[in-house]
Amino acid sequence: MTLQLICFYAFAAVMVASALAVVTVRNTVHAVLFLVLTFFTAAATWILAEAEFLGIALIVVYVGAVMVLFLFVVMMLDIKPESMREGFIRFLPVGVVVAAVMLVEMLGLIGVKAMAAKQMPADPAVADGVAQNTAWLGKALYTQFLLPFEIAALILTVALVAAVALTHRKRTGVKTQKPGEQVRVMREDRIRIVKMAAETPTNPTTGESA
Amino acid sequence: MSNDLILVAWTLFKILAIAVPLILAVAMYVYWERKVIGWMHVRNGPNQVGPLGLLQAFADVFKLLFKEITVPDQAGKFLFYLAPVAALAPAFAAWAVIPFDQGMALANVNAGLLYLLAMTSLGVYGIILAGWASNSKYAFLGAMRAAAQVVSYEISMGMALVSVLILVGSLNMSDIVNAQAGSKGLFDWFWLPLLPMFVIYFVSGVAETNRAPFDVAEGESEIVAGFHVEYSGSAFAIFFLAEYANMILISFLSSVLFLGGWLSPFQGWGLGFLSVGGWWWLFVKAFVMAFLFLWFRATFPRYRYDQIMRLGWKVFIPIAIAWIFATGLMAYYGVVTVGSEVRP
Repeated sequence: MTLQLICFYAFAAVMVASALAVVTVRNTVHAVLFLVLTFFTAAATWILAEAEFLGIALIVVYVGAVMVLFLFVVMMLDIKPESMREGFIRFLPVGVVVAAVMLVEMLGLIGVKAMAAKQMPADPAVADGVAQNTAWLGKALYTQFLLPFEIAALILTVALVAAVALTHRKRTGVKTQKPGEQVRVMREDRIRIVKMAAETPTNPTTGESA
Repeated sequence: MSNDLILVAWTLFKILAIAVPLILAVAMYVYWERKVIGWMHVRNGPNQVGPLGLLQAFADVFKLLFKEITVPDQAGKFLFYLAPVAALAPAFAAWAVIPFDQGMALANVNAGLLYLLAMTSLGVYGIILAGWASNSKYAFLGAMRAAAQVVSYEISMGMALVSVLILVGSLNMSDIVNAQAGSKGLFDWFWLPLLPMFVIYFVSGVAETNRAPFDVAEGESEIVAGFHVEYSGSAFAIFFLAEYANMILISFLSSVLFLGGWLSPFQGWGLGFLSVGGWWWLFVKAFVMAFLFLWFRATFPRYRYDQIMRLGWKVFIPIAIAWIFATGLMAYYGVVTVGSEVRP
């Protein structure tokens, strides 16, 4: 048993355990944190398989950005675990049916795939004579798969713009600052210098100025 | 098997050789900050403990270590204790890929820059967890502010890294430094072609570390001390350590990415020992960048929250996107010399 294999089983065990904890723990924030741990160990197993770009990208995108926002939202919500648990018995049959159907489908898929199983080809990065996994991935994405890659990028951009357009509301009566106008303000716009003759104290008895 | 053991022992030794000086550097950095801000306020700063007050930071550390850690009533105990560690671990782990000199890095990995991006994005968990586990309104507000701010500025920071990547064509940190070598001295470094990105990177770095003028996460005047208001003793000391380790990290990173790392600013000018590159140049550059953090703190008033968001989203990100295109054109037409040859 090599060190690599020991590491893999350790990571895999942590991953499965934390994935189970995501759906079993009572506290929602704890559940999100277990999901973070699941992503992190998944990234570790990918790096173990020498797919370092995918592994670190998983951490950057999911752990570093998506889950932070997730945590943000879950912390803001006022979730009562008791009310979440109320309909458990009532919806149990539906859940069991859905779970059973999914299990059968997945087993069927694995069975079909296993019948047509082939030996995994050698690591394409090594086969192409490129030592770096990241460099190979970049080359493949920007040459062989350029069109699908660009279409995916376009779809994501459209989704982004659509999300902003759907949630953006024009509200009336909102006071906002316009930094451009603030910067353009000149001294003359704000103050007016009035020239007037200096007043001199007057003598109260004679009424003459001193 | 014995070879493996030697490798593990050697790696542990190298980790200690980075971590211990880093902790000492944090102590001296805190002292230096108090001194510099003192001078800028026309007062002396710490000058009682030890010669010139040099032992002040150590006195503070021992005071913190001997204080009691109080846990708020109804706080999430486990997460409350986990949060400082979650803040500290990424701040130290990121140092693994920093190249101090040619071939002088703990791990000279090929995906070094990506690893750095991953590690710096993990630091926010410590802050969020601290705010939530404290079960306090002030701490929670601080955590929310910190999270929104860090997530926003990470985008422009990542784009600044992308522009460096376009010029270098490698994620390896040593390659990035070597690509800035040349005969024109400091004008061969990336700060010149990527000047807007350099500014964006460093300012975003100040925002990412929640330092003044972006320190609304602490905001003493409104939310007392933000996410770590409930922490005391050594738990607070760990947050402090993480914050300053992150500041030193950002100083080193901007030096490596934009200021030529260990390369001499007089490289190729034939000035004898001054033209020779070495780790001392990296430390000088990082010291200057670290000084900027203190200068900012003593100079600028705190940004308002909406101003922070505006700067991040409406100013930095559009400039970064535009400059990525400009960088692509520069790389395509071979305007920038990378290493000794012009890239096609």
